[in-house]
Amino acid sequence: MTQGGFSRRRILTGLLSGAGVALLAGCDRMTQSGGFGHVLRQTEKLTMGAQRLLLDRKALAPEYRASELSPVFRANGTQMPDSDEYASLLENDFADWQLQVDGLVQQPLKLSLADLKRLPARTQITRHDCVEGWSAIGQWQGVPLSRVLDLARLKPGARYVVFHCADELEVTFDGSGQYYESIDLIDAYHPQTILAYGMNGKPLPVAHGAPLRLRVERQLGYKHAKYLMRIEVVSSFDTLWGGRGGYWEDRGYEWYAGI
Amino acid sequence: MDTSTLKRPSAQHVQASSRQSVRRHSGVVRITHWVNVLCFSVLLMSGLQIFNAHPRLYWGEYGADADRAFISIGSEQHGDKLKGFFQIGPLSIETTGVLGVSREGEAMTEKAFPSWLTIPSYHDLGAGRNWHFLFAWLLVINGFIYLGHGLWRGHIRRDLLPNRDQLGWWHIWREVVDHARLRFAKGEHARRYNSLQKMSYLLVALVLLPLMVLTGLTMSPGLNAAFPFLPDLFGGRPSARTLHFLSAYSLVLFVVVHVLMVVLSGFWNNLRSMINGQYVIDHSGENK
Repeated sequence: MTQGGFSRRRILTGLLSGAGVALLAGCDRMTQSGGFGHVLRQTEKLTMGAQRLLLDRKALAPEYRASELSPVFRANGTQMPDSDEYASLLENDFADWQLQVDGLVQQPLKLSLADLKRLPARTQITRHDCVEGWSAIGQWQGVPLSRVLDLARLKPGARYVVFHCADELEVTFDGSGQYYESIDLIDAYHPQTILAYGMNGKPLPVAHGAPLRLRVERQLGYKHAKYLMRIEVVSSFDTLWGGRGGYWEDRGYEWYAGI
Repeated sequence: MDTSTLKRPSAQHVQASSRQSVRRHSGVVRITHWVNVLCFSVLLMSGLQIFNAHPRLYWGEYGADADRAFISIGSEQHGDKLKGFFQIGPLSIETTGVLGVSREGEAMTEKAFPSWLTIPSYHDLGAGRNWHFLFAWLLVINGFIYLGHGLWRGHIRRDLLPNRDQLGWWHIWREVVDHARLRFAKGEHARRYNSLQKMSYLLVALVLLPLMVLTGLTMSPGLNAAFPFLPDLFGGRPSARTLHFLSAYSLVLFVVVHVLMVVLSGFWNNLRSMINGQYVIDHSGENK
């Protein structure tokens, strides 16, 4: 009797620890497998659907008081784009820089920093949430993206706005390490979605994306593309680099970064 | 009164009639229990993968590297040696080998939680988040089924709310002593949970798990816009992240004690009851 109980216990302990080891190895394999890896990535659609259901189109991200600003706002990703083109733009204090707006628009644009500053500005103190887990509060000043898109007038079929950046986060032969991001028109026309040229009352510092960066306040930090060079309106991003709509998206992050 | 020893009486010594099989757990409770085991395991381990991306916890509306961390796990170079540490407030403990610095194959690597505790085992924040959110959805759906069933069919009121006679201080004190001496309920007393057990289960089902979900949702910038009271409720997103970690830690403590109690108070009987629902009550030690 006791013998039986003892061996049963041993079998169970063996089974449990064996199952534990198999589970861990299995998780790694499942992550990389086609089938379950696909299921894992589909969760994003469920999350996005649920958030879009709960989230009013114009619902604002919380805004903060000036007394709540982070003493030091952490700079992340590229801190200084490593290209001759950017170096010469910076040398001239971005006087020669122009934002190109093209793709599915009736009126392609080339806007200088002065052009952008002439448009009505929005100033907001918001919290920047990095996918890694840290948060920083900063003040941003810029022109609502909707103003620029209205100037360019979208063509039928326009679904996404793609942001092409000056920085290469990963150096590759084919240029696929170039930073880029994309958002859909709901976020593009959100009142807090701005092209920021000012931060904490000063011109946007280089470490934070000078001369112009995106603020898309209801999503995580990697969506807030820095060092903007070109805005392209598209109907799909299948043909862009990895086809998932962004530098980090091509490397496994969700396209919808609302959580 | 209870003079029986902990040793399980063998069949030869006990009359068959003194062992009575009762139905302890309903099908819904059993299924949601095991789904929860799966969800909690995956959420914990993928959560540690996510935590590893920034192993510092703050209190307040903002928190990043330049700000003071309330809890952190990290590593420091001491001469030619890497040392791992766990810091909470002003206290710092060396944890080389487990936290901060751990062995991976031949080399010591800087990693807050070691790779054998994370999903995936290698560093991949994107994949860790995918796992986390898929099983978070499953946990929430499972939780609604459990709570809906528990309220509707009276499981929570009948089995989990302590009875009046279980709420006296003297009674609770006696239960604490009984637990400490590993003296577990027998016979008729084993028909219901003791009050410490009931309060722990209520704490997990009604406080800690809902707190996990709420603090998790508070970290979402999208849901902050939908429900601005969420960050206010917990004193800011970094605070919610800290509470998320602390309640996860509390749940781990619960699981450790829970499994220990399951093993000590009649492993097979307990485990069987959570699989096929049948629990055997032994009346042999009772005075008749």
